[in-house]
Amino acid sequence: MLGRVANTIYWMNRYLERAENYARFMDVNYNLSLELPPNEVEQWQPLVLITGDWKLYESLYPNVEKSKVIQFLTFDKDNPNSIFNCILNSRENARAVRAEITKEVWEQINALYYLIKNAAAKKNYSDKELRRLFTDIKNGCQLVYGMYYATISRNEGWHFAKLGQVIERADKTSRVLDAKYHLLLKSPKLIGSSLDLIQWAALLKSVSAFDMYRKKNGKLTSSGIAEFLILDKEFPRSILACLLSAERCLITLSGSSVGFSNNAQRQLGVLKSQLEYADINDIIANGMHEYLDNIQLKLNDISSAIYNSFFSVEPYVQNQSQSQVQ
Amino acid sequence: MPKLDFSAYDTKGFYDEMFDENNNIRPNYQLFAERLQSMSQKKLNTLQHATDRAQLSFGMTFNVYNDNQGIERILHLDIIPRIIANNEWNHLEKGLQQRIKALNLFIQDIYNDQNVFKDKIIPKEMILSSVSYLKELVGFKPPKDIWCHITGSDLIKGGDGKYYVLEDNLRCPSGVSYMLENREILKRTFPELFEKLDVKPVYNYTHTLRDTLESLVDIDKPTVAVMTPGMYNSAYFEHSYLAQQMGAELVEGRDLIVKNDIVYMITTNGLKRVDVIYRRVDDDFIDPEVFNKKSLLGTPGLFRAYLKGNVVLVNAPGTGVVDDKAVYAYIPRIIKYYMGEDMILPNVKTYICDEADDCKYVIENIHNLVVKQTDASGGYGMLIGPKSTKKEQQEFIAKIKNKPRNYIAQPMINLSRVPTIADNTIEGRHVDLRPYALYGDDIKIIPGALTRVALKKGSIVVNSSQGGGSKDTWVLNS
Repeated sequence: MLGRVANTIYWMNRYLERAENYARFMDVNYNLSLELPPNEVEQWQPLVLITGDWKLYESLYPNVEKSKVIQFLTFDKDNPNSIFNCILNSRENARAVRAEITKEVWEQINALYYLIKNAAAKKNYSDKELRRLFTDIKNGCQLVYGMYYATISRNEGWHFAKLGQVIERADKTSRVLDAKYHLLLKSPKLIGSSLDLIQWAALLKSVSAFDMYRKKNGKLTSSGIAEFLILDKEFPRSILACLLSAERCLITLSGSSVGFSNNAQRQLGVLKSQLEYADINDIIANGMHEYLDNIQLKLNDISSAIYNSFFSVEPYVQNQSQSQVQ
Repeated sequence: MPKLDFSAYDTKGFYDEMFDENNNIRPNYQLFAERLQSMSQKKLNTLQHATDRAQLSFGMTFNVYNDNQGIERILHLDIIPRIIANNEWNHLEKGLQQRIKALNLFIQDIYNDQNVFKDKIIPKEMILSSVSYLKELVGFKPPKDIWCHITGSDLIKGGDGKYYVLEDNLRCPSGVSYMLENREILKRTFPELFEKLDVKPVYNYTHTLRDTLESLVDIDKPTVAVMTPGMYNSAYFEHSYLAQQMGAELVEGRDLIVKNDIVYMITTNGLKRVDVIYRRVDDDFIDPEVFNKKSLLGTPGLFRAYLKGNVVLVNAPGTGVVDDKAVYAYIPRIIKYYMGEDMILPNVKTYICDEADDCKYVIENIHNLVVKQTDASGGYGMLIGPKSTKKEQQEFIAKIKNKPRNYIAQPMINLSRVPTIADNTIEGRHVDLRPYALYGDDIKIIPGALTRVALKKGSIVVNSSQGGGSKDTWVLNS
């Protein structure tokens, strides 16, 4: 497969996954605000903080309020990571690799584009309409995954697509968890209080993990939830499960399961092992925010390594100019 | 619900494809007309809207891009098809095969023996001065001596009901994906008619194209690629569509690299040799080492690899000479010279401004003529005499006098019309016809075409870049 095409497929899926996760963030914050006890202040700032685009937000908007945060994360054309731009980019990438995907996948991504394009053109949303939109976006993304799963051969392109999706998903789950760090409790005494647990439950719901968590652990506890979202091997949105999935893709793409044959495989293997043998109590004792931050940095490094190992044209171009000099 | 009624349909002054001069329905349109008359205008509009939506959902758009949020347009598909009777098509087919065969021999000749100049059939200077004549190709013969593998000539039908060739497109003829997708949509719109009417299928175009490309090399399972300038090109939909339907790689110039005069594509597993390239990048841009130095669309060394016979380029570079509108006037003589036959499909009468008598005539009669710049396309660089102002005419006369080689003129042709949906009614609109031919082991004309239609009332400009739309073209089996 062409390196450029592989890179495009990888990003097509990352953007799609990102759009879906943003819709999840938004939806869960709505949920949260509805479940909060009266007099509790709605918290919208953490949503922007966890996306890592706080600086950009500050430069565009004078203050934090619900409608502005929603505008920024959903429709804003100046925010490269808004749902609008993620879907637009995903579709542009899909268009660039039209020859590699099926008609079904293309048409579904295209439909998603028209959904957000028409939504962005509309002014004045009611809360109800917005929640409906976020649900439609989530479902629209799921439809693409379903089409992908059912119609695309498990070839190289498939593995690059999957790789993009799980790397993005690992990053977003870590950010969702990190949101709890930014969701302020008025006093340390409130740790373990019902408000605290409402927030934790909201996080679980934002990654559709509530039902599966219940099935496995029953009781809601902060450490139990953190463990589930970081270290569970079976839940498809946990960070470790994403890394395991990414590893399987890299093994297929690199052609070796023992050791590593490129930098991407090595870095991913190191991070995965770290999580495989981690203990949630240690993570909490040493600071979960720092731990998650570190995971996000490592994921960025892995993404760069994937680029250099598979997509970059540099090695060939350099070889050529050398041979021309000779 | 009132049924559709054609009593107000106006055919005056033009050849209409559906109605004869007495307003009777022609035999090839009989069944379709019955279907139309069984429905209301409202129902017809509903079908048309469903088609517009389908085009959007298929992503059948062409880009008018400045940035990645630029404008996307659909090539409007009018759902009333153009229907061509079997005997009419057979005539077209023979005419096109003859024409393409002759043009191919002509191209081979002008780059090799140049007998056509020696025998004074066409002035040598006219060819050698064409911007599309590539002196780099002198003495070169492409695999199997085929230059123009893919042709999309433009034809029109005049007031006399006869087909004329308006121009030849040998460089990178576009639109075939619209022919194929239009058919897919019309099959959904009028499923029952396809069964009854025995319409010839076009679906195997991409198989035939792949076979044609593979037939040019003696390699088992050659690597075939479609080369595109990229997704911001207005025909990108077509490039990706063809690559996908053929199972070929869709490459950009930057995906290719030439080493030791062999073309490779850069893959995730290293370099992979490419054998055949259906390039949709113009000659000028394919290789910055030889042609446009500033081009970022091509691949350095590609032309070298081609000359060494290490890769096949389709269409061959240098075929653009034939697209030159000045050469067009000589085609009847070219066909006679190479084939020893009279031309089956006539040309439109053409005046060559580079010849003194013709030039004088053009200047004196400019208000009655269509003047065309010889190296322009897409409906640009044109003067439509009867619809122009005195001032525009004077400007064109000045341009012609300044560089006569660059201009030809033709009488104004009354393009035939086909009923077309227009603002809650049906009116005749002018059409042309672009059939597609593939030249491999033999010359195959795909039994269908892109019918382009001028959507604006009275307009004869059918180009998509100038507000034209399209129609599906049905060739009947019997």
